Amino acid sequence: MYAIELENVTRVYQKYSARHRFQTFKSALVKGDLFRALRPDELVTALDGINLKIDKGMTFGVIGENGSGKSTLLKIVSGIAKPTSGRLSVDGKISALIELGAGFHPEISGRENVFINGIMLGLSKKEITRKFDEIVQFAELQDFIDAPVKTYSSGMYMRLGFSIAINVNPEILLIDEVLAVGDAAFVPKCLDRIDEFRRRKKTILFVSHDLATVGKICDRVAWLKGGRIRMIGEPKRIVDAYLQDVAGKQEEDFQERHRDVDLETKWEDERREQRWGRREIEIRKVTLRTLGGEEKHVFHPEDGLAIEMQVVASEPIKDFVFGIGVFNSQGISCYGTNTQLEDLEPVSISGEGRVTCRIERLDLINGTYYLDIAVHKRDGYPYDYHRNLYTFLVSSTHRDVGIVRLPHSWSFSPTVKFKLPDKA
Amino acid sequence: MPALLKNLGTLYRYRVLIQNLVSRELKARYRGTVLGFLWSFFNPLLLMVVYTIVFGLIINPRDPTFNNSPWLYALYLFSGVLPWVWFSSSSIESANVLMIHGNLIKKILFPAEILPVVTVTSNLVHFSFGLPILLLFLILFGKSVTVYIFLLPIVILVQFIFSLAFGFLISSLTVHFRDIKDILANLLTFWFFATPIVYPVSFESVKKSGVLRTLLNLNPMTHIIGGYHDCLFYGRMLRWPSLGITLGVSIVFFGLAYAVFDRLRDSFPEEV
Repeated sequence: MYAIELENVTRVYQKYSARHRFQTFKSALVKGDLFRALRPDELVTALDGINLKIDKGMTFGVIGENGSGKSTLLKIVSGIAKPTSGRLSVDGKISALIELGAGFHPEISGRENVFINGIMLGLSKKEITRKFDEIVQFAELQDFIDAPVKTYSSGMYMRLGFSIAINVNPEILLIDEVLAVGDAAFVPKCLDRIDEFRRRKKTILFVSHDLATVGKICDRVAWLKGGRIRMIGEPKRIVDAYLQDVAGKQEEDFQERHRDVDLETKWEDERREQRWGRREIEIRKVTLRTLGGEEKHVFHPEDGLAIEMQVVASEPIKDFVFGIGVFNSQGISCYGTNTQLEDLEPVSISGEGRVTCRIERLDLINGTYYLDIAVHKRDGYPYDYHRNLYTFLVSSTHRDVGIVRLPHSWSFSPTVKFKLPDKA
Repeated sequence: MPALLKNLGTLYRYRVLIQNLVSRELKARYRGTVLGFLWSFFNPLLLMVVYTIVFGLIINPRDPTFNNSPWLYALYLFSGVLPWVWFSSSSIESANVLMIHGNLIKKILFPAEILPVVTVTSNLVHFSFGLPILLLFLILFGKSVTVYIFLLPIVILVQFIFSLAFGFLISSLTVHFRDIKDILANLLTFWFFATPIVYPVSFESVKKSGVLRTLLNLNPMTHIIGGYHDCLFYGRMLRWPSLGITLGVSIVFFGLAYAVFDRLRDSFPEEV
């Protein structure tokens, strides 16, 4: 027996056209198209043939980009929205942590709101009376419970909403991104509660962008994309596949930006802030590759980075320096070097050529980086200077902070004990 | 049709919630005012005074129905205006109620039909706060209160069904056509004067014109307000045939209005 079962569930949303928006009752009557006016012109498919079976006692995660249909799925399961077609069966009492405190009335006290909200969520008056102290205590609102809710801060509001919803004691708990708003102390408390639910073998449907939490607490994960289930299965595998897809998208994005860099115009024609120099030696093209030679814009640290420049010297030149500089998104120089700093004595350059700078490990922390590429005289006179024209993204699994990841390791005396992370 | 009845059944299941929401509505209304609940008495009282001054003293109609007494006329007026205010404010609030509580419909599993019911019911409570004031004035001006006052709940029931039907219709249609709110305000003004509230049906000009009488009789509110006049002002038996037909009409209207509401229900979460 499944706790939640969706069979070929499709949800189509109606997108009314601009014409309809300004349609009024009067004009609908006059034109005699009252019921035509109620018909939508355009449809948006939010969920498209979803088949999903969730076992009892399972914590099931749903991930996906914005607009992939996650929230619609939760709304369908909770019964707020009806499927356009398909079948939904739910076995057990549901409580939805979708919009916390949605039913609060600002003018009346927290106490009265607890009662009304509790009844709305399906508790009886007696049950609420019994759980009242626990609800208030969990929300940490003992001192404010008799004040009107309009005087609450948004955090207090959310805590009270969460506290009521979690005390409904459902068999199925739906959670949608609600943990994103809590403060540092409250979120772990909520997670504890969710863990307790898991231990008591209740079914949880968990929608989140927080992939780390999804990976940690879920037994199974579905990845939604464009209203369809793209993949379903073991959390780590799905999260990885999803991350790869996101990286692919970023890669496209960066390729686009790279393509926009226009190196064709003559220097006299432009006074761009991003490029200067008389181009006695010209950098015609810059390509970013992995050490394996694959052209890329999103790099993992172990990929390494090869910066390849196509250069042309209009006349034979004896004085030249090639340099690179890496800047992070705050404009901080993370690393820079050039051939002169590394004691390479220029001899000559003529005609077309290629210059490559290979970086063995790209141990920068996660983020977007900008590249300066330049060729100039030893005294600094620029031939061709490209300022922050190229961007790439470093996507690493580490979550350390700063600028670079220094090579390091930890060691402990036997009195200091750690549990090693589960490496699945 | 069975689905319709089943949905209607949810109203009964949610009676505790309705009860709580009504009391919340009443509490919230006067929250922050100095007089608080007393306003429920003061509002009709002030209204009564205004009507007495304007219609009784300034306009001062002389009509045999009221023994040419402006005070009696004011009482007649008040016994009609009080239930009318219940009807009109229920309707106006119903027009907005789904939008105001859009959060509930959109974000939590909440049967939308509760909202118009709460609106009409909380206005009923207000109306009942006005009744003692009316009775007080009736006694003050020497009108005897008769046993027929015990028939008042029947009249109230008919009006409740009719108001609720109108509330369902208005609230669901307004979600799609926001300008109903503006139409409604005008419609209610017209409707007020198309109902024998400021004038009795026994007025000379009404008596003489058959067309006028027929039109007035087609208006359900004529018979409902007439019921209040009968058991409060005149202190006489209700006119059962007309009130009975009005009850029947109200029930049919209720069925239709609820069907419209039920039909449009699925569009609420997207449209409010």
